[in-house]
Amino acid sequence: MRGEDRMSDEMTTNSEGGGEAVTAGGRATPDAAEGVHPSVSALRDSFGDAVLRHEVVAGDEHVVFVGEENSFEILRWLRDEPDHLYNFLSDVTAVDYGEGRPIQVVYQLYSIPHRHALRVKVELPVSDLEIDSVVPLWQCANWLEREVYDMFGVNFRGHPDLRRILMPANYAEGHPLRKDFPLRGRFSRAEQTRRALAQEPEDHYVGTDFGPGRDPQVVPWPEIGGEPVPVRSPDSAEDES
Amino acid sequence: MSRRSVEYEVKQRPELGVDFRPLDGGPPAGVSAEPLLDSENMLINLGPQHPATHGVLRLVLELDGETVVRCIPHIGYLHSSFEKLGEYRTWNQIVTLTDRMDYLAPLIYNCAYVMAVEKMMGVEVTERCKVTRVIMMELDRIFSHLLWLGTWAIDVGAFTPFLYSFQEREKVYRLHEAYTGARITTSATRVGGMMADLPQGWAEGVREFAVGVIETLDEVEALLSTHAIHLGRTQDVGVISAEDAINCGFSGPNLRASGVPYDLRKDRPYYDYETYDFEVPIGENGDCYDRYLVRMEEMRQSVRILHQALDRLPDGPMDVDDPRVVLPTKTDLMNDMASMIHHFKLVMEGVKAPPGESYFAVEGSKGELGMYVVSAGGSKPIRWRVRPPSFVNLSVIPKLVEGGLLADVIMVNASLDIVLGEIDR
Repeated sequence: MRGEDRMSDEMTTNSEGGGEAVTAGGRATPDAAEGVHPSVSALRDSFGDAVLRHEVVAGDEHVVFVGEENSFEILRWLRDEPDHLYNFLSDVTAVDYGEGRPIQVVYQLYSIPHRHALRVKVELPVSDLEIDSVVPLWQCANWLEREVYDMFGVNFRGHPDLRRILMPANYAEGHPLRKDFPLRGRFSRAEQTRRALAQEPEDHYVGTDFGPGRDPQVVPWPEIGGEPVPVRSPDSAEDES
Repeated sequence: MSRRSVEYEVKQRPELGVDFRPLDGGPPAGVSAEPLLDSENMLINLGPQHPATHGVLRLVLELDGETVVRCIPHIGYLHSSFEKLGEYRTWNQIVTLTDRMDYLAPLIYNCAYVMAVEKMMGVEVTERCKVTRVIMMELDRIFSHLLWLGTWAIDVGAFTPFLYSFQEREKVYRLHEAYTGARITTSATRVGGMMADLPQGWAEGVREFAVGVIETLDEVEALLSTHAIHLGRTQDVGVISAEDAINCGFSGPNLRASGVPYDLRKDRPYYDYETYDFEVPIGENGDCYDRYLVRMEEMRQSVRILHQALDRLPDGPMDVDDPRVVLPTKTDLMNDMASMIHHFKLVMEGVKAPPGESYFAVEGSKGELGMYVVSAGGSKPIRWRVRPPSFVNLSVIPKLVEGGLLADVIMVNASLDIVLGEIDR
């Protein structure tokens, strides 16, 4: 069902089979010239219908669409299978086409031993932006997934430290790279200025600054002989005398 | 959390009128003792205003004495959402955003971006343009590495190499200015070509620089490569194995210092890099010193490429002959109706890219610099994504510094060669 929806949302040309490799930009591999990719056919053999579709874009770049439910399994297989060994994760990002269309999470894989590149895409409906984190497979996904979470609001299940990375931790205007986010932000300039001026030093620390096993609400700088100083929380602002 | 206790005797000095007895009912006077000193872990901020963080990077460090227990990087202080801004700019206007990301190697970013757009549109640039871009990219690789070299030397405590390397950088600034009119914000490329043909005598200027920089490198290497303090501060500091380096997404000189021979100019060649004669230096130990050695050698290899590219720089047109992307000449514009229409459409609407997407990666000075452009047809991108090499390299810093000394954090950070403009974008 979901696969059908995705097919109707197809944006790019050259869908499966019709991979007319137009060599452009000066980089082409022999595989690409025939419109086949060794990993794609192997993926189809191993996972069957889990590979939703295959496209060739920009002449020689192969894109594989997989479902969210088995994306982790497929990526692990691509990383570990000796014939493929996509050990280098170049990039994790997302694309929002707007108008309520699904948000694509994009993995740019590269195999250093075999010199193959492959792009894996997972389409997520805007109402349910959740996907398995690939940090257990590639550690570099840590910050890249945090950026996707920050900018698009995609939740990565099992991510060790999923919090905003470029925007401030208490940023309240949403996820900036979504198409429904206006260029100047959701709040008025006056409100943005007011919030910027109301920042406290404690706002720039987050729970994980203080280490596992510690209460994230407590700053770990005990006053000599005194009790730890609690962090100002939004609720306690009125209580302060 | 470890608690270290220090126990030592305090000699009482009644003649000073100071009673060193502890306040909480410790041993009586005469019996010299002090209560155990409990040491809590200390939390300090390195940055965002610190000369050795090379920008507005903030590292929250938890220290046990001088040992780093935990390191939490905080970034985003320079965030200006270039990627969002790019969705509101035409394809050629985005070029000006790219050089503001990595202001240490702006031409590499200019070139990488238009190469991705050209690949998506199926535009094949002219031979002269290809060689020119190779010259630009290698020139800025040296340009960026020279800044790294100067700041690296300062961080290790040597001031002279900084002056030497900035003297050389000044020559590249002048070359930038002679060609583009700007020293840093070059914006030199356009889809389908360059902003202009090379000015008279520019290639000779590059040649002169390429000869001179080698002498400077020799001098700096004589100062640093075998210097005892330099070796002590950098060898076996911030070590990362080859497997970890790949898994952590290291690229560029950082990855090669760990012994992985992955260089996009060799592995996924573009712009005929496979026809240039150059070596890819590889490190062995993956420590800060190897990253230093790899970058020093890379500059020499870039000089080799520069000489070869200057030798083969062909005559001919710089811009591609494609009315979709390049403005017609003034003569054609005045005499030919079709050219005038093309001119009008290009000026009023900008370059239009057909629906499609492309991920194009070049070997930047910091690592794999990928540009991912997505078009839905039209003169503006749906998505423009930069695969930031410094961003991914920096994400490894907790792994490299935890367990080491505070002083090593400075060297590890310097060895990663980050630029915050590109990390925060």
